[in-house]
Amino acid sequence: MSGRKPRLPIPKEELLAPGHRACAGCGSALCVRLCLKALGRNTIVVTSTGCIEVTTTPYPETAWEVPWIHVAFENAAAVASGVERALKALDREDVTVAVFSGDGGTVDIGFQALSGMAERGHNVVYICYDNEAYMNTGVQRSGATPPYAATTTTPAGKVWRGEMRPKKDMPRIMVDHGVPYVATACISHPQDLIKKVEKAKETDGPAYIHVLCPCPPGWGYDSSETVEIGELAVDTGMWVLYEVEDGEFRLTYRPRERKPVEEYLKRQKRFQHLTEEEIEEIQRMVDEQWEELERLERER
Amino acid sequence: MSEMEYTIGAVIKEPGSTRRNKTGRWRVFRPVLDEDKCVGCARCFMFCPDGCVRPAEDAFKIDYEYCKGCGICAKVCPVDAIEMVLEEEME
Amino acid sequence: MTELGPDVRVINGNYAAAEAVRLVDVDVIAAYPITPQTPIVEYLSEFIANGELDAEFIHVESEHSAISAVVGASATGVRVFTATASQGLALMHEVLFIASGLRLPIVMAVANRALSAPINIWCDHSDTVAQRDTCWIQLYCESNQEILDTIIQAYRIAEHEDVLLPVMVCFDGFTLSHTLEPVAIPDEERVREFVGEFEPVHCRLDPEEPMTIGPVGGPDCYMEFKKMQHEAMERAREVIGEVNREFSDAFGRSYGDGLVEEYNTEDADYIVIAMGSVCGTVKHVIDEERPDVGLVRVKAYRPFPGDRIAEIIQDREGVVTIDRTHSYGAMPPLWTDVKAHAPDVEVSSTIAGLGGRDVRPEDVLRAIKVAEEGKGTDEPVWINVNV
Ligand SMILES: Cc1ncc(C[n+]2csc(CCOP(=O)(O)OP(=O)(O)O)c2C)c(N)n1
Ligand code: SF4
Ligand code: SF4
Ligand code: SF4
Ligand SMILES: [Mg+2]
Repeated sequence: MSGRKPRLPIPKEELLAPGHRACAGCGSALCVRLCLKALGRNTIVVTSTGCIEVTTTPYPETAWEVPWIHVAFENAAAVASGVERALKALDREDVTVAVFSGDGGTVDIGFQALSGMAERGHNVVYICYDNEAYMNTGVQRSGATPPYAATTTTPAGKVWRGEMRPKKDMPRIMVDHGVPYVATACISHPQDLIKKVEKAKETDGPAYIHVLCPCPPGWGYDSSETVEIGELAVDTGMWVLYEVEDGEFRLTYRPRERKPVEEYLKRQKRFQHLTEEEIEEIQRMVDEQWEELERLERER
Repeated sequence: MSEMEYTIGAVIKEPGSTRRNKTGRWRVFRPVLDEDKCVGCARCFMFCPDGCVRPAEDAFKIDYEYCKGCGICAKVCPVDAIEMVLEEEME
Repeated sequence: MTELGPDVRVINGNYAAAEAVRLVDVDVIAAYPITPQTPIVEYLSEFIANGELDAEFIHVESEHSAISAVVGASATGVRVFTATASQGLALMHEVLFIASGLRLPIVMAVANRALSAPINIWCDHSDTVAQRDTCWIQLYCESNQEILDTIIQAYRIAEHEDVLLPVMVCFDGFTLSHTLEPVAIPDEERVREFVGEFEPVHCRLDPEEPMTIGPVGGPDCYMEFKKMQHEAMERAREVIGEVNREFSDAFGRSYGDGLVEEYNTEDADYIVIAMGSVCGTVKHVIDEERPDVGLVRVKAYRPFPGDRIAEIIQDREGVVTIDRTHSYGAMPPLWTDVKAHAPDVEVSSTIAGLGGRDVRPEDVLRAIKVAEEGKGTDEPVWINVNV
């Protein structure tokens, strides 16, 4: 392409410095990098304990170009509530307050604090980077681990077939809290993600974005395939991209033709143990969920 | 690195200082970008988790100081302009 | 509230705490109700609702979030306050270490209450003493006046650049929190002058100057940060004394040397060492029946004024501690702390007043008797207990 100036579909500025220790091909680090582009420099970030916190801040180094605080695993939403109110007291309400928290820090141990933050209506952009397990502690299941996924605490054996519970539907729970802007996203669709973070930032009150972030070691695939795996999640309907603005649901991406879930599952070690019947069962669940979403779309 | 300084409350006042940590050392395969093949779609830039693909004046450049060699950029390139080459095979 | 002249009001301990917060003009408050602290939360809400205090109040859903929110607010560069007791303090436990590790000058009031089980809303010191190793400064009060004065001082101490540690101001649940006493309310302007404007010293979340707060500290640095906290706690001794003197100059009241208050110790044969409101009963016993007894009231439990106490208790007929908590399977905490600094002094240990059991004058006399008899030196003597 010599001679032509590159046109960039997303902001150029990098607010997550290289040199961080996230694994090669980390979907969660990619998520943070992309979201920061939309959040911009005038942002204070709160992060819960987990892969992102650990890999970006080994004292005396930090990968963050924006002000950043980590307090504990379960309280990012409460810390953000305090930051937001302090900004109000200081008359600095122009500053965006954003949270990056893992699925564990969001749907499990941080659930109460997040519920409180949402219910109280703090002006915070809460981003859950969902790698579908407790990765920092070595791939234990969380409430966001999908059915049949093998983790170190839901291994696949004769009796257990991996995770045996459905994935907790956190975005829906946030919608039910009356959160004015709720969205799902995936790192494979960066422009969609960035647009959503921009909308979240503009939202008056809390906003919640749940981003699917493939994890090479945790899911069991080659580091080069992170984006492809994300695309397959979206194209099979295993992960749906939508937003809910003031309660109104809208699909933001519709695969031209939904691929069979098998194409997604067979690429990952965590699903290697699945039988034909189990794959069919997952397909049925996805089909049903999709029908429900289509209904929501039609109702609009 | 020089002797460590211990700040009150372990506060780090040097933003972006992980740049001292050259993660390029991790790399086994090196992404090599063929500028002639490149159509400038910027997918490699968008998807690098380490922000190692930089838009330069007239092309995209890979920062080998930090590139971990994950291979995402090569995988997402629509025209196969990036090739992953074993580091040992580089001259 | 009864008006007693222009600046003396008859108020309970919780009101004294809330009034101090109003006088200091705190910016962000996050607190969750729990008996016997609840009225503080209510009084502060009322102040804000009526426009008497211009502060942000965060109606958190738990004490864990209360302390987390004030950590976030403090790191953003404003003055903060929270209050709790018992189960609430225990729920905060994890974050207490983080608040001090981040060196945030948070002030918290604790209306002391026993811990479950069995669930019990009445006073003892098991809640705060259990937090002694969280690197919070702990100051114990004996009167409602002292609560108000100590909270004002606490901001000066916590925010001092030589200290930068959070402060817990402790006072006995019900005995002080719900009991009316006359309290002199200092002039608002003079209090603001005394505490000064809040200027963050070592950290502030601000996009103008991005900082990373709360990173990972590995084996190559963790110990250094912990030693720095220890040194700050040591320096706090000096600062507590200094602030006590300055407060005395400004408002005419002081509390011993700020860390220890002595009562009738000069020629006393026996010394009682205690904390909190029980000290009032001890003073009463000394006045009425035992002029040969002196009291060492430990106001600062952390930093512990061990050397000072060791000096005071030398060459006495007997010394006895009254602990309102216990360290099960070991000697009680106050006794252990005293002995660590005075290994050659024979010190008797008593446990009294757990879960709100009254500590009456006869119980104090019994404790003194334990010292007279030289008992309780290798096993605590439980006072007024039926098993
Ligand atoms: C109170 C508490 N319990 C447990 C832990 C241990 N722990 C640290 S991170 C983590 C898992 C984090 O999972 P998630 O939020 O999904 O983030 P990820 O590491 O996957 O990015 C756990 C269990 C902790 N730090 N604190
Ligand atoms: S384990 Fe997964 S989420 Fe954690 S740093 Fe590695 S790739 Fe990222
Ligand atoms: S190989 Fe990975 S780290 Fe290196 S430039 Fe490509 S995407 Fe970035
Ligand atoms: S992805 Fe390929 S074509 Fe697109 S900019 Fe990068 S190298 Fe060029
Ligand atoms: Mg996770």
